[in-house]
Amino acid sequence: MTAHSPHPFSGVAIAGVCNTEQARVLPDHDSTSIALVGALGALADAGVAPHEVDGVVGTDCAQIALELGLGPCTRRPSSLGIPALLDAAALITTGQCNVVLVAAGGAGMHTDRSSTAPWTRPANELVVGYGLFTAAEFALMARRHMLMYGTTPEQMAAVAAVIRNNGHANPAAVYAGRGPFSPDDILASRMIADPFHLLDCATTSEGGCAIVVTRAERAGARALPVFILGGASDSFGPAYVAAPVWDFQPRPDSFPAGLVGARAAGIAFAMAGIAPTDVDVAELYDPFSFEIIRQLEAFGFCGPGEGGPFVADGNIGPDGILPVTTDGGTMSFSHPGINAQQLQRVIRATEQLRGTCASNQVKGAEVALCSNGGAGALFCDVLLLGRDRP
Amino acid sequence: MSLLLPQPGGIPAPHPSLHSRPYWEGCRRHQLLSQRCAVCSHRGLGAFTVCARCQATSPVWEPSAGTGSLYSWTVVWRPPDPSFHVPYAPAVVRLDEGFFMLSAVIGCEPEALHEGLRLVVEFHPASDNITLPYFRPA
Repeated sequence: MTAHSPHPFSGVAIAGVCNTEQARVLPDHDSTSIALVGALGALADAGVAPHEVDGVVGTDCAQIALELGLGPCTRRPSSLGIPALLDAAALITTGQCNVVLVAAGGAGMHTDRSSTAPWTRPANELVVGYGLFTAAEFALMARRHMLMYGTTPEQMAAVAAVIRNNGHANPAAVYAGRGPFSPDDILASRMIADPFHLLDCATTSEGGCAIVVTRAERAGARALPVFILGGASDSFGPAYVAAPVWDFQPRPDSFPAGLVGARAAGIAFAMAGIAPTDVDVAELYDPFSFEIIRQLEAFGFCGPGEGGPFVADGNIGPDGILPVTTDGGTMSFSHPGINAQQLQRVIRATEQLRGTCASNQVKGAEVALCSNGGAGALFCDVLLLGRDRP
Repeated sequence: MSLLLPQPGGIPAPHPSLHSRPYWEGCRRHQLLSQRCAVCSHRGLGAFTVCARCQATSPVWEPSAGTGSLYSWTVVWRPPDPSFHVPYAPAVVRLDEGFFMLSAVIGCEPEALHEGLRLVVEFHPASDNITLPYFRPA
């Protein structure tokens, strides 16, 4: 990009965000109704009236448009998490919309408690008979990292302890006040899928959330606007269908599936014109402790194989050089189904850049990185947000 | 002692799809099949209709020797659904023909699993219609 061409997202801002109440169970809600609570909350946070919304993004967008009385409006039913946010921004930069709502919720989905959450259990014919689920999928990737680089369960436990302690300190977390945790506490919890102990894994919970994206001029009525500096996503195939093989590499001149997200991060940093050292806080998606170590390497925060020592040296704690997943993430804050849990990284990053976090506020944070997905799922999305308009 | 065993009946059984039917028919007669591109010989498991390397549309099913080595594994103690007996060891096996496949290792203790462990396929019924390929130490 030349100095004269405008940044692709300079005309867009995140104007409002909302997390609803998050809990183990929200008995009065289903996924749509809690998403609507989030939608109204994000509109109030933005200072935008519901009738101003002219686009809705997310798997439930048509129902949300119906219930909020938004017709006629633009719909984007196909995207989740960070891609949903990028689609919302593109609807504005292409002139299709002025105010776009991204809303998601998860409630009433995980009712059979003898099984893991339904979104963690694949139905594909080539994996279902082997008892694969997300913990095993990510463990198969973690094992390769252990074999290649000597990464240890203790280093993974250091990640889980940091993130769970972030949730312990966050009054809005489902597991607020449930710590503090040491790495030894993580290692002492029962084994789920070796090398992952119970406390290395995400919890499950229920909740909703929403984000309002507007033209930059419309943002800032009620809260500081936050800007999109860059974003992209990588996929190697359908999650939990193709086997999670670290060295799966369809393009001979590229990198293997174990580094999924490296291309997306490269695109995002180039779009932003910044480097990993410019990031003040990393709201990394944390389905399993190992995934943080992997992402730190794939995104360029440290070199191949250096992620384990990096996390064990205290770099990712709230006072470290790169605070990670500061609200407690899916391990402690909330894990309410596929869509909401991914958007929640973007919401936390927005709150960090506004400087409004009730816990673990990173002082003077100007640039935040968010991620979704991970190697076990064969996809990874990266988003860079900033306080200054690009 | 926690010998890794094939799963008993009652687990969620695979539903063969249009293009995977030859694979499951091979498993029923205890023959492991994989797909090879008839044009470039690229080999992969599963049920692809287009070659990921040369985009030819003529994959053929061919027998695999069913021998390979252990590439990655986990030992599961909390299954996704109570019909699975623990522990079990989902694994990625690198077949000697050069392709990776997902399976599970049986016939040894979890402690015996290590990178490069030589393995051979062994078939066990999962339901009336489905036979699953597992791998045991050679």
